[in-house]
Amino acid sequence: MNEAIGIRDVSKVFGQGDTTFTAVARVNISIRENEFFTLLGPSGCGKTTLLRMIAGFEFPTDGEILLHGENIADMPPFRRPINTVFQNYALFPHMTVADNIGFGLRMLGKSKAEVSERVIEMLRLVKMEPMAGRRTSEISGGQQQRVALARALAPQPKVLLLDEPLSALDYKLRKEMQLELKRMQHETGITFIFVTHDQEEALTMSDRIAVMSKGQVLQVGSPRDIYDAPADRFVAEFIGETNFLTGRVRKIAEETAEVMLEGGAAISATAAGVGVGDDVTIVVRPEHAEVVAVPATGSAVTKGTLENVVYFGTDTHFHVRLPDGSVFVTRQQNRPRLSSEFAVGSEVSIAVAADAARILRAGA
Amino acid sequence: MAKPFSVKRQRGFTAMAIACFAALYLPIFVLVIFAFNSASSLSHFEGVSLRWFHEAAQNKQVVDATLRSFHVASVAAVIATLVATMAALATTRTRPYPGLTFKYALLNAPLMIPEIVTAVALLIVFSQVKGWIGYTGIGYLIAAHTAFCVPFAYLPIRARLENMDLTLETAAADLYATRWNTFRYVTLPLLWPGILAGLMLSFVISLDDVVITEFVKSAGQDTLPTYMLGQLRRSITPEVNAISVVLLLFSVLVVTLFFFASKRRN
Ligand SMILES: Nc1ncnc2c1ncn2[C@@H]1O[C@H](COP(=O)(O)OP(=O)(O)OP(=O)(O)O)[C@@H](O)[C@H]1O
Ligand SMILES: [Mg+2]
Repeated sequence: MNEAIGIRDVSKVFGQGDTTFTAVARVNISIRENEFFTLLGPSGCGKTTLLRMIAGFEFPTDGEILLHGENIADMPPFRRPINTVFQNYALFPHMTVADNIGFGLRMLGKSKAEVSERVIEMLRLVKMEPMAGRRTSEISGGQQQRVALARALAPQPKVLLLDEPLSALDYKLRKEMQLELKRMQHETGITFIFVTHDQEEALTMSDRIAVMSKGQVLQVGSPRDIYDAPADRFVAEFIGETNFLTGRVRKIAEETAEVMLEGGAAISATAAGVGVGDDVTIVVRPEHAEVVAVPATGSAVTKGTLENVVYFGTDTHFHVRLPDGSVFVTRQQNRPRLSSEFAVGSEVSIAVAADAARILRAGA
Repeated sequence: MAKPFSVKRQRGFTAMAIACFAALYLPIFVLVIFAFNSASSLSHFEGVSLRWFHEAAQNKQVVDATLRSFHVASVAAVIATLVATMAALATTRTRPYPGLTFKYALLNAPLMIPEIVTAVALLIVFSQVKGWIGYTGIGYLIAAHTAFCVPFAYLPIRARLENMDLTLETAAADLYATRWNTFRYVTLPLLWPGILAGLMLSFVISLDDVVITEFVKSAGQDTLPTYMLGQLRRSITPEVNAISVVLLLFSVLVVTLFFFASKRRN
């Protein structure tokens, strides 16, 4: 697949003298054509700064930004065939909805006929035809969101940048717009680069995700890769709930390592790049573990005291206090028969599904 | 339930408010009344007439001074607003740098300098210049008025620029607008109310000025305020009241027009 945007060793340092701050630190990402790519990370990790450098509102201190192989790091924003959907929408208040949508095309010098034809097409795409003549202050937040999207898509950019475009919407509207965005990306075939700090949003919408922290990219991969095989502790914790167990590798056979846990039990886990005798951290997702009765059979790995049972409708969460003091959470789907047969305070065992335990890269 | 605090319910609020408004508007009210006096007294009202409006309109000196006032005020206001707009753009559309605050201060300082000081300074400089180049026309008056109008025009324009959402200009640049097009199609239309306010403010300030005009004008260059001041020194008739009423009506009209114009924009 062809590369749409290449980010090569890009850094951004703000400030001068002894008050400098590195917002983006030697980032390398390759974003493919026609991809829904998400930058995910906590507040202040540099997502917006990276996006602004792709758009041209900010220039990298170091490194190259390639658009279809051409370095655009120093090109002013109005020459880049890249458009942005701003978090606060930034619609022009002195123009109608239709004039907002046509702005980019007018600036490109397109003919009146061409502009109005494309504006109508865009209004249809975002289902805003009846609102064409309204002022932007006379439409709702969700509608402003659609206009912002139509305005950015109208000039048919090579890449569309979206900086937390859904964060101002309420839950229901957000879910709706998530689907709409996917639909529009599919229909237009434009590469989308989407910024969010909501891991659920990232998992459901993206083809690939880059997880960022403190200006660095920690992992790039499909939602599945990132969820199932987090590169390090930060990624594992940031994406979904996770249990961490520590232990020492006792035996390695092919891809599987047998790890002695601190509590004394053994567990087999998929591993890469570890050796016998290494101290390792193992991650287990709550839905891959189960609370079972104490005279454990088969796959039970560790024991603890059941501290809390939380009912969630579709599933139940069990909080188990392990001997080392940490809490292990399991998530079990509710079935008609499964009444909570475990009393809070009782001793239970934890069973981990085969192949579900995973060793984090050594040192991570 | 305790009522929330309201200054309106404080003892003596109404009396205080009435006293303040009376102090502000009563003298003007009296002035307006006597403009319609049929006699030439400013203390005995004898009957309603438009006599003094007529007399003022017939008085060539009044007409000349009025035309001169409007000439000076309109040219000075336009130039001052242009300069102020450029200054406001230069001081708000830039990354902060050392010395920027000093420039703000420099632009606003004329508001704080006693007018009489500026007047004396201009008098001295202009008399020198007159000696060198020989020109003695209305240009000096216009130049002086432009100079003291700039900071007044600058205030509303800068305020408007500072309150403008900068991402709008970023969005324009993102949508292929060059710097000039961004200014032309986004910044300027949103800035208009500020520019209009600056224009109006400087026009009114110029129209109203006495001190600097008195020092800078040559013989035969009376503006309306300096003419009225001159009249008061000789014989006081309700003619000055009549002129004042016209000026008052004019400024009320301008402010009203501006109010509705800016309301329609938002
Ligand atoms: N112009 C600037 N000058 C100095 N520091 C800046 C500037 N812009 C951003 N930063 C800093 O860079 C860091 C990254 O900012 P950025 O806006 O990219 O974060 P973000 O990941 O988008 O966060 P959020 O999720 O809160 O939007 C922050 O610590 C911020 O304070
Ligand atoms: Mg951000």
